[in-house]
Amino acid sequence: MKAATTLAVLALGAPLALHAQVNRTRPPALGTPPALVVPRAQVATLPNGLQLVVVEMHKVPVVDVTLLVRAGSVRDPNDMPGLATFTAAMLDQGAGRRSAPDIADETAYLGAQLFTRASAEWASVSLHVPKRQLAPALDLMADVALRPTFPDSEVGRQRSQRLANILQLRDRPTAQAPIAFNAIVYGALHPYGWPSDGNEAAASALARDRVADFYSTYYRPNGARLLVVGDITLAEARRLLAARFGAWQRGQVPPLPSAEAPAPGPRTIYLVDKPGAAQSVFRIGHVGVRRDTPDWQALEVMNTILGGSFTSRLNQNLRETHGYTYGASSAFVGRRLPGTFFAAASVQTAKTDSALVEFMRELRRMRDSIVPGPELAKAKSYITLGLPGSFETTSGTAAQFRDLIENDLPLDYYRTYITRINAVTQADVQRVARRYVQPDHFAIVIVGDRSQIEAGLRAVNEGPISLRDLWGQVVR
Amino acid sequence: MRTATPTARAARPTRRAAFTLALALAVLGVGVPGRLGAQSVRVPYTTFTLPNGLKVIVHEDRSVPVVAVNTWFHVGSGDEHVGRTGFAHLFEHIMFMGSQHVPTGEFDKLLEAAGADNNGSTTEDRTNYYEQGPSNALPLMIYLDSDRMGFLLPEITPEKVDLQRGVVQNERRQRVDNQPYGLAEENILKLLYPEAHPYNWPVIGSMADLAAATIDDVRNFFRTYYAPNNATIAIAGAIRPADARRLVEQWYGDIPRGPAFTRNTPPPVRLDHTAYRTLEDRVQLPRVYNAWHTVRLFHADDAPLQVLASILAGGRSSRLYKRLVYQLQIATQVAAYHDALRMDGSFRLFATARPGHTLPELQRVIDEEVRKLAAEGPTAREVQRVQNQTEAQFLDNMETDLGKADQLNYYDYFAGNPDYFQQDLDRYRRVSPADVQRVARQYLAQAGRVVLSVVPQGKTEQAVTEGVTP
Repeated sequence: MKAATTLAVLALGAPLALHAQVNRTRPPALGTPPALVVPRAQVATLPNGLQLVVVEMHKVPVVDVTLLVRAGSVRDPNDMPGLATFTAAMLDQGAGRRSAPDIADETAYLGAQLFTRASAEWASVSLHVPKRQLAPALDLMADVALRPTFPDSEVGRQRSQRLANILQLRDRPTAQAPIAFNAIVYGALHPYGWPSDGNEAAASALARDRVADFYSTYYRPNGARLLVVGDITLAEARRLLAARFGAWQRGQVPPLPSAEAPAPGPRTIYLVDKPGAAQSVFRIGHVGVRRDTPDWQALEVMNTILGGSFTSRLNQNLRETHGYTYGASSAFVGRRLPGTFFAAASVQTAKTDSALVEFMRELRRMRDSIVPGPELAKAKSYITLGLPGSFETTSGTAAQFRDLIENDLPLDYYRTYITRINAVTQADVQRVARRYVQPDHFAIVIVGDRSQIEAGLRAVNEGPISLRDLWGQVVR
Repeated sequence: MRTATPTARAARPTRRAAFTLALALAVLGVGVPGRLGAQSVRVPYTTFTLPNGLKVIVHEDRSVPVVAVNTWFHVGSGDEHVGRTGFAHLFEHIMFMGSQHVPTGEFDKLLEAAGADNNGSTTEDRTNYYEQGPSNALPLMIYLDSDRMGFLLPEITPEKVDLQRGVVQNERRQRVDNQPYGLAEENILKLLYPEAHPYNWPVIGSMADLAAATIDDVRNFFRTYYAPNNATIAIAGAIRPADARRLVEQWYGDIPRGPAFTRNTPPPVRLDHTAYRTLEDRVQLPRVYNAWHTVRLFHADDAPLQVLASILAGGRSSRLYKRLVYQLQIATQVAAYHDALRMDGSFRLFATARPGHTLPELQRVIDEEVRKLAAEGPTAREVQRVQNQTEAQFLDNMETDLGKADQLNYYDYFAGNPDYFQQDLDRYRRVSPADVQRVARQYLAQAGRVVLSVVPQGKTEQAVTEGVTP
């Protein structure tokens, strides 16, 4: 109604300003940016130790519920990389009295989305559903999370599906590059170095008893978290979730493994051959830093300048100046144990050597010279002023809080966040670049057509070339 | 976290399978501030048109202090000519290269310094450009967009065209040439549409045509299509409609109207036979594609065809997933979608074989299930399931100002009414099992189609050819 009234007033009262003289020579001055309003996280604990984090957002009648369990790939046994992701994938393949097709059909009928996944540290069961279907959808979710049955027939189906997916990795150079890169920089003794979905040998050996053991050991309420975001109150969430997750039995959950990454070696080019490839897929970097480092904000600012935005140096150079690629970027992966730092792009085959030269130029420049003041100011504004948009949707807000929960960061993290970003100085940027970007120790992984790119890469003279397979292992 | 990949411009120039499926459901985007039950699906808006023909649609939503500006130019790859395929999308890239008062590079720098993101995308029928960011950045967004609409050409040089040509050719390599099965789409289009039909080529175009584009092409295209009378702007977010109007009048008021032009709508295309083709690719597993001619967007049979696609192969509860992937275990995946465009549509379906299985095995089951739906129709529960999923999808699409702004433009152009949300939802709610059965029979079971097999190099014996299925 309000909108309609406004229209009527405008139509009567505001003649069009035709051919107004406007001064286009400079952009218009902007008013004060709106204050960041981060929805508040409310916390409760169920009697079995399960922690509940509720964030109310009432704009749209949808609810996003995520169960987080410390059952990620770091829990994989040495002989079976991929067990954690496989166990997560098996949760919705039969649970309670429901078969796999029942679960798929009932989820779709409710208009819900239900995903079961594992990443490096955490496994998750996540539900996104219209509010009015929340209760029956939570019944489904609780079955999947608490009462998976792991039927032999479904283990067989998922195992054969996984083997087919592994076979198809050979077609996907952008999927190969991170697998090879992680294997190379972490080595065989660190769980972050293992392929998260395993390899042929491990996948072939997947069996019901291994899955059931893994589940009963690690899927426990102590240490788990339930994150609820959307059109719901704390009281309502507590009532609905206590009824479904309150009887979940605590267990003796083994401590989280710790692991040391190997000392980084000298800079080396690791070439994974992909005959006929139209592009070379780059991933350049090494092991980086933990998510909870006090340097994280300085790293965010530095990385925004280096490769974390469209106007970043890597993207401007490789894309907008040279046209070698559709996009170049860089990132720090934030986890409990140090994640990786990497720069990445898909580059046309004929420009592979030239692209390496430009990558190295920008990565070294980030360390060697002080960032100009306006470039620093732009990066900080981009991060701080853009933050309200990160809390526009339930799933966006859930992703922000999930990052905090998964990394044991305080739930009021964003209260001081903007102040901490704004405090980052030119000297801080150079300090963290020098500390966390180490060109002498880069692993330069390139998945591309060896016959077309090897000679050029050799001529660039940025290090020896080591031939690897898609698992990052030496090709004999 | 801002350490993610930088926004890749034109993240969706082509309608590929996964994306098109999402787009089909996104038809139901809807939004009003405040609470909303499934019965009231309206997006309050104001609209006005400047004397130069620029139409503006404004939606106020103060729930989050952000704003989105979404501009549609009513031009896409369907307006290209043979020999210049991919040009509409190449032009989209050139629109970011600076304009008379905004030097090259400043467009992105100014927006990032204001905390805003921007991008654009091109389809067969339209090209869009958008910015989203904190609500105080609205004047900057409108200033930048108006300068490139009114004052682009003085700033464009052959060097800038060459540079973006290189970027777009790399976009094609990344999306098509270096992707398994990436060449399937353009092969299907060639078989589905006659040469010179606007939908005969993919949005991304061919490498040779991209190489042939000249700066004169850029000038002519701009003068014909990038005029205010061929554009609409939707603005959504925490802004006052009066402020938005004042800003648009201020910055766009002096841009002259462009020439009128007319488009020839090609006659409907039908296949009276089935065209089989085989393509060898660097893939591990063979995949079969089926494509049928259907109807244009918002035709009475569009919604029943969307529902049919979901029942047949949309997710794990679909018929073909259950048979091919779950029961028989001869496929790794199957998907279907109705790709409805402004002038025509096509029904698409593809399935990938498991190791040790060949495409005729898959195709026999696909044909069986199509015939069964045409003969018996779906169950009421299957139709209701898709309707429930559709309603849930429009709730999600209400969550962002950008999504709502794009949807207002979408309805305005394709349905002739920005607030078409309720009608759009209603056409899905009206679909009956008999409707689905009828469109399965009319457009799939009793019609010709394209059957494209993509097989590993040297394995043409795994393909579907004429006569291998009943």
